[in-house]
Amino acid sequence: MSKYETILSQLKDVAANPKKAMDDYKAETGKGAIGILPLYAPEELVHATGYLPMGIWGGQKTITKARTYLPAFACSIMQQVMELQCEGAYDELAAVLISVPCDTLKCLSQKWKGTSPVIVFTHPQNRGLEAANKFLVEEYKIVKRKLEEIVGEPITNAAIEASIKVYNENRAVMREFVKVAADYPQIIDPVARHAVFKSRMFMEKSKHTALVKELIEEIKAMPVEPWTGKKVVVTGILVEPNELLDIFKENGIAIVADDLAQESRQIRIDVLDGEEAPLYRLAKVWQRMYGCSVATDTKKYRGKMLLDMVEQTGADAIVVAMMKFCDPEEWDYPVMYRQFEEKGVKNIMIEVDQEATAFEQVRTRLQSFVEMM
Amino acid sequence: MFETTGKKAKELLAYYQAKLDEEAREAKKNGKLVCWSASVAPSEFCVTMDIAMVYPETHAAGIGARKGALDLLEVADRKGYSLDCCSYGRVNMGYMELLKEEAITGKTPETLANSPAARVPLPDLVITCNNICNTLLKWYENLAVELDIPCIVIDVPFNHTMPIPEYAKEYIADQFRNAIAQLEVICGKPFDYKKFKEVREQTQRSVAQWNRIAALSHYKPSPLNCFDLFNYMALIVCARSRDYAEITFRRFADEIEENLKNGVYAFKGAEKTRITWEGIAVWPYLGHTFKSLKGLGSIMTGSAYPGLWNLSYDANDESLHGMAEAYTRIYINTCLENKVNVLLDIVNGGQCDGVAYHLNRSCKLMSFLNVETAEIIKEKTGKPYVSFDGDQTDPRNFAPAQFDTRVQALAEMMEQQIAGEAE
Repeated sequence: MSKYETILSQLKDVAANPKKAMDDYKAETGKGAIGILPLYAPEELVHATGYLPMGIWGGQKTITKARTYLPAFACSIMQQVMELQCEGAYDELAAVLISVPCDTLKCLSQKWKGTSPVIVFTHPQNRGLEAANKFLVEEYKIVKRKLEEIVGEPITNAAIEASIKVYNENRAVMREFVKVAADYPQIIDPVARHAVFKSRMFMEKSKHTALVKELIEEIKAMPVEPWTGKKVVVTGILVEPNELLDIFKENGIAIVADDLAQESRQIRIDVLDGEEAPLYRLAKVWQRMYGCSVATDTKKYRGKMLLDMVEQTGADAIVVAMMKFCDPEEWDYPVMYRQFEEKGVKNIMIEVDQEATAFEQVRTRLQSFVEMM
Repeated sequence: MFETTGKKAKELLAYYQAKLDEEAREAKKNGKLVCWSASVAPSEFCVTMDIAMVYPETHAAGIGARKGALDLLEVADRKGYSLDCCSYGRVNMGYMELLKEEAITGKTPETLANSPAARVPLPDLVITCNNICNTLLKWYENLAVELDIPCIVIDVPFNHTMPIPEYAKEYIADQFRNAIAQLEVICGKPFDYKKFKEVREQTQRSVAQWNRIAALSHYKPSPLNCFDLFNYMALIVCARSRDYAEITFRRFADEIEENLKNGVYAFKGAEKTRITWEGIAVWPYLGHTFKSLKGLGSIMTGSAYPGLWNLSYDANDESLHGMAEAYTRIYINTCLENKVNVLLDIVNGGQCDGVAYHLNRSCKLMSFLNVETAEIIKEKTGKPYVSFDGDQTDPRNFAPAQFDTRVQALAEMMEQQIAGEAE
């Protein structure tokens, strides 16, 4: 096994076994873990406590227990999170951090069935205003205070600044990784690409950064080969399970850039340096966020952003990975679709359901889409 | 000039509803501004600026009630709107697309010509507020972009902890001031602060009369069936900052009080059970749901939905913090504990014997906490409940037979309980 293969396999293991990643972290540091629900949270604050921030983005369970608490028209990811809550999968977490940028999350934040304490905060949506930054700072102060109560010690500004550095570096390295993955699709296939992103949700970020840096170095030492398949930009909440990504691979489709909430949206915005206090600079990240369905934008820049991404990457098409029953994404779609069509950019929508076990429909659709290209 | 004296509340309601649409059409014709607004977005600013207002949710509900939703839903469907999106929103996007087509081509599309929808003009600006859902942010983003018009956003952050903190009120009040600045630019004239105060006072008078009506369902037997509130709601949405709402509601409250005095009740003495209806009406089946309950002798004396417009605040408060609080404290914009307390007051205030929960395919925010809400309310009151599947304006998501079976079961449980208490 070459070095890059060893690193990829390591990251794939973490992505596939979050529980083990958490247990290892606990054994190593003597500290616990704190869950972070989609979509955005000031994870740096959690990191500054020394606890491990663990992403909670669903799973691949058959939904049974969750049916009692959620009707069938709740999004696939929250059905999964509810099912896992009911099973006690998150009970070892010292706390769970929930933001409420959509109606489903507002409700979910009020009905956690696990035993961990829940910390809820609200993102302001009139994001252009300075008043919104001030509001979010107050919300973050509450989050910080509650985290301090849970971990039993204060979170110092010095610790937050150190965590901001760690996170900014990780985001920068991941942005570089996205480019490398686009240049080397023979090496970084869609499943591997996803694993590199997913593992960052379950690893202490500086460790993740170190591994990805090494991975990038190894790959870049190899020659860039021409890609005979197709290249796409993927947009949506996430593309899971791996069986879905395998279909991309089977059909010679390389993901050259993504706008997935679970992936590149998480690394889009850095915390700026500056004289202001760290909580204010963390709050400003939300103001500077763009191209996401849960971050209000009355100009709807997302479609244009995706078209720009197509141009920059030389992609052949856009794949809209529609999370089942996610209405913020569903509301964005008609406008984006019109914009893609007007520009003559090929596009296709596929449905993402984490519970799915049969993928024939998506397989057929992607196959004929590739043939059409 | 319309003479209001001697008119029944029902006549006033019909008159003013039609008048509001007419005013909007006239405004458009005369080159004045028209604004489409979310139903619980602050109306005070646009009314101060003399902008004609249209309320897409009320408009869509009217289309649903007139059995005209399906044609417009199909238009939205063709544009790529998923069936999962709110049906009010889809009906409105469908309607907007037809108006747009008409404006571009000069020809009225057949679907529009044949629609039972009240004719309203395209907007020059839109204003939205997320106090009743974040869908209203997405929907209005789309309106603004598809029509290339300004969008005023009043964001009232979800109140995960009660009471509402000062910093939230400050943020909302800042947005009010920002909306004023936006309107000054859009209208090309300075904001009239003296009129703004009068409009706030008018809004408070309308809200006071609205609350006066709602409180009349507390009497047992009740002189008011809250189904009537679903009808009168059009004016608390569309005209609360005008005297139209106040005049109509005062008349209606007077009529009910007169009835009460004379021993005239909504069910003419045949009120067997009293229910709270939690959720939005099923507009395409309003008649069916009303008759079905009436057939069981079950009267609706509680509904939290009309209470969304209990927007009372101190009109003299120039900091606008009181107004900010009124617009953000809507029960579905608050934590479960507060939501339950509001509903509990409705159930107790209406002396209800049970609750029917509308699991609304169009409204995630008003559905995903139903299980928890129902269990807590049951635990606190001991009153039975049922849940039924429905949709506010997509007729395909409601099955009359299921509704009937569920409310029959509720009626039986309520009657049993009442009989048990009597023994």
